[in-house]
Amino acid sequence: MTTTKRDKSLIVIQLTGGNDYLNTVVPYGEGRYYDSRSTVNIPQDRVIPLDGKVGFNPSMGAMKSLWDEGKVAVINGIGYQTPNRSHFRSMDIWHTAEPDAIGKEGWLGRAIRDFDPGGENVLTGINFGRGLPRSLACQGVSVASVGDLATYGLFPDVEDEELRMFTLEAFARMYGNTAGRDPVLNFLGQTGQDALHGADILRTAPAMYSSSVEYAPNSLAQNVKSISQVFHAGLGARVLYTTHASFDTHSGELPTHAKLWDEVSGAVGCLMDDLKEHGREDDAAILIFSEFGRRIKDNGSGSDHGSGGVAFLIGGAVEGGMYGEYPSLAEAEQLEGDLRSNNDFRSVYTDILEDWWGLDAAPIVNGQFEKLNVFRS
Amino acid sequence: MISNDTALMAHLLRRAGFGASRDELEKYLAMGYDGAVETLLNPSDPGNMPDDLIRRYHVEQSELRDLAGSAAYWMYRMISTTSPMEEKIALFWHSLFATGYAKLNQARSLLNQVDMFRRSGLENFQDLLLELSRDPAMILWLDNNENHGTAVNENYGRELLELFSMGIGNYSEDDVKECARAFTGWTLGNAEYMAIRAAKDSIWPYGRIAWHFEYRDEDHDGGEKTFLGETGRFNGEDIIAIIVKQESTARFLATRLFEFFAADKVTEAGEKVIGEMMATYFSSGYQVRDMLRTLFHSDYFRSEEARFARVKGPAEMVVGAIRMAGNYQNPALGIEKVSNAMLYMGQGLLQPPSVEGWHEGLEWINSGALVERVNFAAKELSNVKSPGVRSIIDRLEAGSKNGVIEPTDLADRCLDLLGPIQVSEDTRSVLVDYATRQGDLHLAGHQPGDEAEQRVGNMLRLVAATKEYQLA
Repeated sequence: MTTTKRDKSLIVIQLTGGNDYLNTVVPYGEGRYYDSRSTVNIPQDRVIPLDGKVGFNPSMGAMKSLWDEGKVAVINGIGYQTPNRSHFRSMDIWHTAEPDAIGKEGWLGRAIRDFDPGGENVLTGINFGRGLPRSLACQGVSVASVGDLATYGLFPDVEDEELRMFTLEAFARMYGNTAGRDPVLNFLGQTGQDALHGADILRTAPAMYSSSVEYAPNSLAQNVKSISQVFHAGLGARVLYTTHASFDTHSGELPTHAKLWDEVSGAVGCLMDDLKEHGREDDAAILIFSEFGRRIKDNGSGSDHGSGGVAFLIGGAVEGGMYGEYPSLAEAEQLEGDLRSNNDFRSVYTDILEDWWGLDAAPIVNGQFEKLNVFRS
Repeated sequence: MISNDTALMAHLLRRAGFGASRDELEKYLAMGYDGAVETLLNPSDPGNMPDDLIRRYHVEQSELRDLAGSAAYWMYRMISTTSPMEEKIALFWHSLFATGYAKLNQARSLLNQVDMFRRSGLENFQDLLLELSRDPAMILWLDNNENHGTAVNENYGRELLELFSMGIGNYSEDDVKECARAFTGWTLGNAEYMAIRAAKDSIWPYGRIAWHFEYRDEDHDGGEKTFLGETGRFNGEDIIAIIVKQESTARFLATRLFEFFAADKVTEAGEKVIGEMMATYFSSGYQVRDMLRTLFHSDYFRSEEARFARVKGPAEMVVGAIRMAGNYQNPALGIEKVSNAMLYMGQGLLQPPSVEGWHEGLEWINSGALVERVNFAAKELSNVKSPGVRSIIDRLEAGSKNGVIEPTDLADRCLDLLGPIQVSEDTRSVLVDYATRQGDLHLAGHQPGDEAEQRVGNMLRLVAATKEYQLA
């Protein structure tokens, strides 16, 4: 593994709620699809064809252009052996790469620890959105959670700029002394300085970035824009994470799902244009995943929780195409009315960890998994 | 300047509660230390926000369909209770017998477990372990519903010994197996139906129904077992009776109580207190309340050494700041934000990261969490419209000469009224400099939200942002 690969970043877009695989990559050539999805389907003439058998949801125009450029890997039938149809548990499994026990550490948190064991760059991993997805959580790993890049930092509620400045100055003085006798207070001081430092650097990111790409006003596109700003500012961020919701389309699926994918596809298209404009297409890969797919049969208005799903890996360094078989819709092949997954999600993780980052994957994903070879060698 | 009694009482209330406003503190001071300890250890009517009021405002908390609303429901209890120890002990057991929503998808059963902690958490440890072993949320969380006479699942049997009572190194792998055998047949009633509901994750349209415990003798392995050197046809009750007799159990429980209620680090003086708590454990017949009484009356606990010797957990940080500010005394939409704030700080109620609970103490602190902690407390305590902050302003004025407060006094009085909080000379000098920038404060004739009041809010914001405020 060459060390130059260590500069690569991963951008993760988590689709929370269980994205409907069948209406995302639509098996429109398969009669069983229309039999099972008598109401909640994408009509054949609206599907964006890919390979004569399956096609994208009509909202995924931007992703189709990237597909045509050979930059989109569609990972079919992704999941794990015994599916759990609880949102929380299944997301937890994806986050910790541990389907059997309750996992303790996030897989990306572990990767961040491998990149930066001394915790020297407080911006190695950043979540755009509040809180910390468990995939990024790992003991001893600092991850910044940026709700809003424009106001990120301490005392965002203080509107008076002068007052905020005085308060920040006082904070810096109070946390500046780390040579005292009390190790707890020293640690607090150091952490406070890290927080200030991280916020100061992050605040510079928007100014260091210019682009002709215009992101849509929706929350995902704005978070992806922040991701682009921070990525292009060259702050050493390796994992840039954001979440879009809610894909839990039990009812009224068609319009909701269309809107969600319009937002995802649009944001990804903008980001790829942005990377291209800056000549950085080969330095970032985008992973899109969801905790599970949805039931094969619709419920008349939407679809219920299922198992096998789809993930996407997108980027200049990605070898575009279909990976794995589309799971069969034949009744005998189904798993309790769901698509049976045939690709373990930890295989994709292993591709990313080893081929993209040059890390040792096994300890991170809790075992050996056959790679899909999604990245161009 | 800071009366020692007041500082000691504030210390007790940070540990046996969520900190205290000056009004609350005065109420406990009137009881004297011993009286306060007894009042706290014997929770009476908690006077918390009533369910019918909550349910009228919060459909999600009435149905307990989702995690955020269910966590917020517990937040209301913590915020509005007048018997804080009841919530604190429930939080202690929730951290120790850590059961998570992620696997259960069942907030009602999980909150029933928390209620069991409130009810039995200060009582006999043997009874508590029995209730825990029969608790449906725990049974599902650690797979005891898969623990059959013919096919043993060791998960609960192992964690009962390792994480819930004796601690690793005090029993053999054979003991784990025998323990698990004894708990075969301890399962959920109507399990198949419940499993189908859970697998389908169908919450429409009626929400969840609570699980209940069932003992199935036909699924129990009634054979002879040898556990920790004793042999017999043991059932779960017998195993627990053997567990609670062990010295390692006494040490485990005393240590965990000490770390949660006294100090993150066990010093030599702390070891001595743990020894005393262990003695109480046996002499009282395994009474948790008596062990805590021993702790709270110990010289160590009452000494300066134990003060601010813990990093506040997110629940203490969030609930403490809200109680001090006097907010959320009535149902309000923002409550879910409050429970999310805790999650952002690293402690989602009802969602411990694993059966091992949260990593507490200094491990609560990382740069992301610190930003959340400081921003939350600073915002809560700088809002001069909040009733608790108004009361602080009134006390400041009442304690001044003609409403004039010198900068040094402003810093010291704010530290006093938010605690008293003990800070380093460095921290204090920054606070004093900050106040000095605008000279004497004139509070006479102050009006809600005017500049004079806001100066107090600004000072409280900075106190809430100190390193020392991070400690309990």
